[in-house]
Amino acid sequence: MTEELSGIRPEQEYRAHLAEGRFMLLRSRSSGRCMFYPRVAEPVTGNTDLEWVAALGRGTVYSTTAIGQRPPTPSYNVALIDLEEGPRMMSRVEGLAAEDVLIGMAVQARVADEDGTPIVVFDPA
Amino acid sequence: MNGFPRGKTAITGAATFGIGRNLGLSSMDIAVNASIRALRDAGITPGDVDALFICLPDNFLSGLTFAEYLGIQPKITENNRTGGSAFLTHLQSACLALDAGLCDVALIAYGSNQLSGAGKLVTPSGADPYEGPYRPRLPVSAYALAAARHMHEYGTTPEQLAEVAVSARQWANLNPDAHMQGDLTVDDVLQARRVSTPLGVRDCCLVTDGGAAIVVTRADRAKDHASKPAYVLGAAAATFHHNISQMPDLTITAASESGPQAFAQAGVGPKDIDVVELYDAFTINPVLFMEDLGFCAKGEGGAFFSNGHTAPGGAQPVNTNGGGLSCVHPGMYGLFTLVEAVQQITGVAGARQVEGAKLALAHGSGGYLSSQVTAILGAGETV
Repeated sequence: MTEELSGIRPEQEYRAHLAEGRFMLLRSRSSGRCMFYPRVAEPVTGNTDLEWVAALGRGTVYSTTAIGQRPPTPSYNVALIDLEEGPRMMSRVEGLAAEDVLIGMAVQARVADEDGTPIVVFDPA
Repeated sequence: MNGFPRGKTAITGAATFGIGRNLGLSSMDIAVNASIRALRDAGITPGDVDALFICLPDNFLSGLTFAEYLGIQPKITENNRTGGSAFLTHLQSACLALDAGLCDVALIAYGSNQLSGAGKLVTPSGADPYEGPYRPRLPVSAYALAAARHMHEYGTTPEQLAEVAVSARQWANLNPDAHMQGDLTVDDVLQARRVSTPLGVRDCCLVTDGGAAIVVTRADRAKDHASKPAYVLGAAAATFHHNISQMPDLTITAASESGPQAFAQAGVGPKDIDVVELYDAFTINPVLFMEDLGFCAKGEGGAFFSNGHTAPGGAQPVNTNGGGLSCVHPGMYGLFTLVEAVQQITGVAGARQVEGAKLALAHGSGGYLSSQVTAILGAGETV
């Protein structure tokens, strides 16, 4: 039996893709499933035949919360987004008040700059 | 065979210490004070302990430090951390080790000075690289996301969540040790500042100091100890995830596995349970747990807490000490569920005593609804 590990450096490679404006997911070739967050092996199966694929970017709000701040600073949104590929990720929905983000809302991913760090955020689709 | 030594072990000492504020005491000092009380309750001394189970907020080698502090030379030193459920995990392991004869007297201990020390929740987990950038206000936001989803799927209302806090406060008003007392109405809870919608500040547990400890022995030795034993009839654990973004279904916790397993071990069901002690870090927790543990159908947890059903005088007493919402929450509350369960079924709970309580369920939760551990305790006649 050969020991063929994935060789993936998950966080480093994920961030390098984001820095170039690409939102990428890891997918196992044999199971065909995508994962989030990226890991060196697929959960449950342990598959290591992993490849980076471009995320479709389409998602649905699975849950949402508006986090209060000291007035007059408005509250901000944190949401869990179900990606069309299957995995779920934490993010936020922009372009509307934090309280107006609704469960079930269709959203589209975008790579945004957060104080010099690229992160994935979502806009209403 | 369900794998658990039903009724073969018993809790013979249980105590809390320092609920509130303790200037000048370390978390270790608080854990030791609680332990001395629990050992005296059992009629033994630290020198009798040969298995130690402990989890402190700020000391990853607390098993070693604690043993040294009290001059214990344990055969088993367990420092397992599953979050606030750790102490119920400890109980499960202690019962198995005692039954196997690996040890004779187990001490499970906890202490935290988070109120007088840090003034906020002390957690050893750093920010997750994939969640941290979005600034969730953890732990509250994780539970807020679960609450929002439960409301969406089942129509659970903010008023129903508020009833959970009101029920806890009514119990706390009967407990002289409880940190928060006084009238609390559904309106008060609804009008309180929103921390992370739909949860407001009165949907959140307290920040206090506090310690707790229990002594566990084999049933054949329990009779030699001073107090009335509370027999361990079942203890089961399950974990589905750690971070909230990885929880498979925000409305179904791993209590849906730990609960039925613990009931099968104990040979009893939800209808038999006299008192329920749940880890109520936030008002959504008891709603989810009562559903997952089988006390009501999925989606009916909100209604379960209405009309005083779980409050003093209600048909199903829940969190009879006032819970993490109104009694004590030093960061990891789990051990307090066991202490209160023991006090109820040994009949020493004073003004909050549930008349004739013989069977108690204690349930711990760790992480973000992640680790779930259920224990069922019974008085002598239930063994």
